[in-house]
Amino acid sequence: MTSPPDVGSGVAGPLPTAGDATSGPPLLDVIELRKRFPVGAPAVGRLLTPFVARSRTRQPLLHAVDDVSFTIARGETVGLVGESGCGKSTLVRLINRLLDPTDGGIRLAGEELALIRARDFARSRHRARIQMVFQDAGDSLNPRYTAFDAIADPLRRLKRLTGTALRARVEELADLTGLPQILLGRFPHQLSGGQKARVGIARAIAVEPELLILDEPTAALDVSVQVVILQLLQSLKQRLSMSYLFVSHDLNVVRLLCDRVLVMYLGRIVESGPAAEVFARPAHFYTRALIDSIPDPARSKAAPRARLSGEPRSPIDPDPNVCRFHGRCPRGEVRCTQSMPVLRRLTAGHEAACHFAEEVTAVPV
Amino acid sequence: MIALLRHMRYVLSENPVTLLAFALFAVLVLAAVLGPSLTPHDPLATDSTRALQPPSATYWFGTDQIGRDVFSRVLVATRLDLAIAMAAVVIAFVFGALGGAAAGYFGGWTERVISRLVDTVMAFPLFVLAMGIVASMGNTVGNIVLATGIINFPIYARVARAEANIRRNAGFIEAARLSGNGEARILLMHIVPNILPIMAVQMSLTMGYAILNAAGLSFIGLGVRPPTPEWGIMVAEGAAFIVSGEWWVALFPGLALMLAVFCFNLLGDGFRDILDPRKRT
Repeated sequence: MTSPPDVGSGVAGPLPTAGDATSGPPLLDVIELRKRFPVGAPAVGRLLTPFVARSRTRQPLLHAVDDVSFTIARGETVGLVGESGCGKSTLVRLINRLLDPTDGGIRLAGEELALIRARDFARSRHRARIQMVFQDAGDSLNPRYTAFDAIADPLRRLKRLTGTALRARVEELADLTGLPQILLGRFPHQLSGGQKARVGIARAIAVEPELLILDEPTAALDVSVQVVILQLLQSLKQRLSMSYLFVSHDLNVVRLLCDRVLVMYLGRIVESGPAAEVFARPAHFYTRALIDSIPDPARSKAAPRARLSGEPRSPIDPDPNVCRFHGRCPRGEVRCTQSMPVLRRLTAGHEAACHFAEEVTAVPV
Repeated sequence: MIALLRHMRYVLSENPVTLLAFALFAVLVLAAVLGPSLTPHDPLATDSTRALQPPSATYWFGTDQIGRDVFSRVLVATRLDLAIAMAAVVIAFVFGALGGAAAGYFGGWTERVISRLVDTVMAFPLFVLAMGIVASMGNTVGNIVLATGIINFPIYARVARAEANIRRNAGFIEAARLSGNGEARILLMHIVPNILPIMAVQMSLTMGYAILNAAGLSFIGLGVRPPTPEWGIMVAEGAAFIVSGEWWVALFPGLALMLAVFCFNLLGDGFRDILDPRKRT
């Protein structure tokens, strides 16, 4: 479980990642990040810890995020995809510093953030630099705060704005996100889904973050509203020169909006690369199955589709020598149970963690 | 603020029972504030020549065994009874809401300590506990307030703990962290305001209970001492005369007690409607 051999993701410099906007040193540099949660606490065993040999009371650990390394350049949109329970949310909470990593580094423009404890991060000077748009806008708004108060909260706490300056800034943000100013006095239950989403976005961009994490920002919205919100996010990114980490289930959206894609499976990144490249030539069986699962009315019924069978492996104390995808992988050989494939470079910027990556790429989608 | 008043008017006009409760509440508060200056007779003046007279135009509620005017005494007692109950409820509310919310939000050791404290208080028969506190610490108004506050504290702490616990992982709490709120600030500015409407309902319900409790302590002789006018003592003193037909001595203070408890119980629902922004249109 070391970082990939030749293309260390921590390497700064002109890595040819995705296009023109993304050159220069990375804004966010995540280095071998891990998060493990103790599970099934043996309460009695824990109480006896001082008296019993440590090995007998060791708690099983859930490897939620395991050895994840990647970078996000300034102005870049990176997509993070993967099924429910693969560790996306944990990774997001580690990066926006709501959760402490077990180990690993999180560098924002060269400054190490992983060493600041999550409980102290709220008052850290870095707090304003990473913000997030939540999946469920309704749940992310305090029911007793008006739209104005919700947007004003980070400005009061992190920018120390008060009075007319505060009001002016909140109104400016409302205009920027297309929220009619007349709605600023309303409570969340008096707003529509799309309006709540706009309040959530206005709050997140209020303190001018450098990195904005979008945690399925459109999952709770009607299809018609989704498009509008995505367009809003796209235009805000250009106007405010932010970088996006875009977490989504919707692969079509990821394909359209993202410069690069990270595919996550059971806590590990199994493939990463420029979005166009990954969607055109997936190099991991899992990515391939994900892409094949996108409904496409044009596809003929006879065309072969990669389908997955079997159950995902348990994330609790996984065998470090077995590929996480083994058992569900259509290929899965003995080799996959003897050494876990690590991310390796295929073409410039395109990496995959599969022994058979070249074979997967060879078959056209 | 103006919006709140407008909303209050709306709730009251839509709900006659709440309106009745508020009207009753206004009468009680008026009696408490103005009571001593409205009495037709001196509530403490005794006169054995007019002892135990039935209700009449002069003595609306009759007179007691030593000739004091029952109406004046019931009126004057309002202030003391409400003050005791109010102070006790405020103590229970402040400590219960903050302690309970902290327990539910922080979890861990905070929760263990506070929950065990609550369980310990709950393990006693509450009225007996209140009796014990007053008996051991002395028969003063301050101790009655304290005892009533202590026995009401677990109710608030439990409700607040449960409500805070539901919300500790809500999206808006994470959002508050991202907005730069520290943990203490999240508890006070994000969690507590959200559990306030539920607590207000509790407050009103326990207010009735606190009045009964204070009067109950006085009734058994562990509260306010005679000759101070207090509903509990008056009922206790009057009880002896019911058998001999002088019902008015116990009935009127008892009626006042009942109306006060009734009023606060009804008020609870009204408070919830007013304080919950989701009911606002």
